Amino acid sequence: MAEIIRRSKPLSVSPLKSSQPLGASLAILGLNRAIPLLHGAQGCTAFAKVFLVRHFREPIPLQTSALDPISSIMGADDSLLAGLRTVCEKHRPAAVGLLTTGLTEAQGTDIQRVLKAFRESYPEFQSTRIVPVNTPDFNGGLESGFALTVKAMLAEWVPLTPPNHPGAARCPSFAKEERNLQHHLPWISSLAADESWGGGNPRQVNVLCGASLTPGDLEALRELIERFDLYPVFIPDLADSLDGHLDAEDYQPLTTGGTPLAAFAALGDAAATLVIGASLYPAADLLHERTGTPVHRFPHLFGLDAADRLIMTLAGIAGQAIPAGLIRQRAQLQDAMLDTHFLLGRARVAIAAEPDLLHGFSQLLADMGAEIVAAVAPATAPILAQLPLAKVHIGDLEDLETLAREHEAELVIGNSHALDMVQRLDIPLLRAGYPLHDQFGGYQRAWIGYRGARQALFDLANALMGHAEHAVAPYHSIYSLKADDRREAGHGVAQTSTDSSWRH
Amino acid sequence: MKNSDIAALKNEPACAHNSQQAKSGCARPTPGAAAGGCAFDGAQIALLPIADVAHIVHGPIACAGNSWDNRGARSSGRALFKLGMTTDLNEQDVIMGRSEKRLFHGIKQAVDRYSPAAIFVYSTCVTALIGDDLEAICKAAAERWGLPVIPIDSAGFYGNKNLGNRIAGEAMVKYVVGSREPEPPPVDPARPRVKVHDINLIGEYNIAGELWNTLPLFDELGLRVLCSLSGDARFREIQTMHRAEANMVVCSRAMLNVARKLQERFGAPWFEGSFYGIRDVSAALRGFARLLNDTDLTQRTEALIAREEAQIQAALRPWRERLQGQRALLYTGGVKSWSIVSALQELGVTVVATGTKKSTEEDKTRIRELMGEEARLIEDGNPRGLLDLASAYQADILIAGGRNLYTALKARLPFLDVNQEREHGYAGYRGMITLARELTRSLESPIWAAVRRPAPWNEVSSPASGQGVGGEGVNTPYWEIAHG
Repeated sequence: MAEIIRRSKPLSVSPLKSSQPLGASLAILGLNRAIPLLHGAQGCTAFAKVFLVRHFREPIPLQTSALDPISSIMGADDSLLAGLRTVCEKHRPAAVGLLTTGLTEAQGTDIQRVLKAFRESYPEFQSTRIVPVNTPDFNGGLESGFALTVKAMLAEWVPLTPPNHPGAARCPSFAKEERNLQHHLPWISSLAADESWGGGNPRQVNVLCGASLTPGDLEALRELIERFDLYPVFIPDLADSLDGHLDAEDYQPLTTGGTPLAAFAALGDAAATLVIGASLYPAADLLHERTGTPVHRFPHLFGLDAADRLIMTLAGIAGQAIPAGLIRQRAQLQDAMLDTHFLLGRARVAIAAEPDLLHGFSQLLADMGAEIVAAVAPATAPILAQLPLAKVHIGDLEDLETLAREHEAELVIGNSHALDMVQRLDIPLLRAGYPLHDQFGGYQRAWIGYRGARQALFDLANALMGHAEHAVAPYHSIYSLKADDRREAGHGVAQTSTDSSWRH
Repeated sequence: MKNSDIAALKNEPACAHNSQQAKSGCARPTPGAAAGGCAFDGAQIALLPIADVAHIVHGPIACAGNSWDNRGARSSGRALFKLGMTTDLNEQDVIMGRSEKRLFHGIKQAVDRYSPAAIFVYSTCVTALIGDDLEAICKAAAERWGLPVIPIDSAGFYGNKNLGNRIAGEAMVKYVVGSREPEPPPVDPARPRVKVHDINLIGEYNIAGELWNTLPLFDELGLRVLCSLSGDARFREIQTMHRAEANMVVCSRAMLNVARKLQERFGAPWFEGSFYGIRDVSAALRGFARLLNDTDLTQRTEALIAREEAQIQAALRPWRERLQGQRALLYTGGVKSWSIVSALQELGVTVVATGTKKSTEEDKTRIRELMGEEARLIEDGNPRGLLDLASAYQADILIAGGRNLYTALKARLPFLDVNQEREHGYAGYRGMITLARELTRSLESPIWAAVRRPAPWNEVSSPASGQGVGGEGVNTPYWEIAHG
């Protein structure tokens, strides 16, 4: 159980936090042919866009209602209506995420009402699905914005399934998209033929994917699930949209991959729902209420225990034995734990991350006997109290630096902004979280499962190996008869005795 | 900020967008089809490079949290500007009116821990909307903690990035410029008789350190740059800007208001110029010599130009051979719409079209002088349109801002970044070598054939044509693939 230390200083310096609308946009980007629309001033969108472009090194669809002084003060409903119309008209998206910002929340905007007005005025855009989410900048952070948006998607698009008639109450307006769905999820057509479609699908597994999962994590997770002949439906699916792939088309104003919207109507058919990340538990509760599908909760998928639980859960759902390949992977992870425990045991680590990611890393390190001497989260979350460490600070990278220095941390886990700090502290940085703009491929790194944990242990240990001091510092006896003991590294020509300052 | 103040800033008389012929001023954004930043973004871009100031963003997390530490400006010394600082307001602060108090104590926190030369406080949408009295807090804090605390009233919704630049410049003129006298210039023992003139560079941001390509030239000529607003600047330098004998507005129409006001109040003449391309660097040096009206300086300037031009021309010869005949599509704004054209032409590159979204009639005239009457001017550079143009005009490379980087890459089109997120300095004579090197790095890369080549299983291979794996697409230019 961790004690949560709340922010006590007035200024946030070297912020760790990113805004809720940014996290919300990220969730929308995991839908197919989608675009987020931020209801605010132009900068809200411009900053979020640059942030995500630099992280993923991909074009990021993102639009704005572009408030000016008049709409900021006299009411911005018209700007929002105009923005929605333009986006729908120009790009014909399958989905729009209608997200508020600090400015429009401070105004007291009512996006539900504006959306209703939009639907009445522009019936021609009925086929574009719009999910409104309240994501003020002055609450939460990236992870909570992401979670609120996933929950809103489920609330908006998952029909109620009667308890004794699974899958029967599918929303009729999805009929056309269902055909479309067969393209994305080809197994559906075969299932439709043998009638299991209407009565639930024992091979489908819904996965609610939290903000801590990278596209690389999702690819690894898909592979694990498919090993059990199960078919995952990811909500949302960043691995399909932002994995960094080159399409045949040269320019796309919308996302070019991600969860097809029709998949939401089929969630009630699944044998089970996995939820990864405690931040998505409320969304999982909602999905359970709507569909009755059993929910398996994973606060994270870091380390041996979490991977074991995932594999046993999948085996249970599938009714299958554990594939030999996974048995091998587990054995490899155990071996890596043995190899690295000399370095990671008692290693003093400082971590700055969003709550779910912080949880995952803390567990992975705690399982290796490392000490988490500093843990900082950008915003609070219920799960923080359950982290396997003494204290979690709600704060920024300045706090992390202070704590890391005070407790002599040997390694930092954090985003790219932590680079300056580790240079000052002269200790290594393992990059994780958002943003990762000073390295390539941060987004495709897989941390989860046996394999992800194994690589993470190797990387942590390698980082420490380069820096940690183990041996006793050389001592030069005053009676020494060695002619070469002035040489620092033992290479090259012995220095002459012109300089005898070492004796001091 | 009052509406009338915003209107006055937009109505900058020195800006050609407000001339008799073109009364467009700053255009309003279209909801749902807008690109670019807000006024706060612009104010921050303009001032953030001031390296020894604590820049505090007063608002919820988005404004600073999503944007800090993401620009290429460099400092030769202190780097306080690289720390993001924000009051990071929460819901209670906003609702209960605690944000002013948080800011006041936040200023104290920054003073205690970082001992900045001064503090700049930027207002944002939310704090402007709830009516925080920025000016009063800054005044009180300055008295209480004994250092300059400057309010930058830059709520995002006031307008676009350009307006933000002007708000920033205006704040410098209003609160900072003229508050300190510069030290007398040191006498150079090697050149005791050279008269030192004081100048300012306005709108030079030292992206990727490119100011340091031109600064040695000014040193050699005995031109002391009192302040570069704001690349590698210190607060104490901005304070002395009023003593410059001449000002240059570098490559940006955004801070024209600063140059104009310095002239109105302190009589310093100014000119607009650019440090991109051999011709423009020389023109900038001559511009100072002309305004300073010093015969000796003029002679030394001409001698320096002759020497530098000869050197760079010789150094560029091999590059020019490699770049000769390459066709570039340029999409950037304002002064760069012609200054980069001339730099590219000096490298032997043909510019097939250039963007003129933020350009004035004057800019367009200069473009026509450089590219001929037939010059294709691009008004609206949406990604689809740019790619179609690249294809239609058989462009080998797209040269634009970072926003279009992935537009080009996803279309398998070589690209060069010329805006402020870039990592290379192209200014000055020496910058031309960097420009040439970066152009060839992309243009001559062997990857283009590989990324354009279809997968072998999609390739139609017939024994008669002799084309198999690896045959198609090799060395085929972009435009033949794009819509072929």
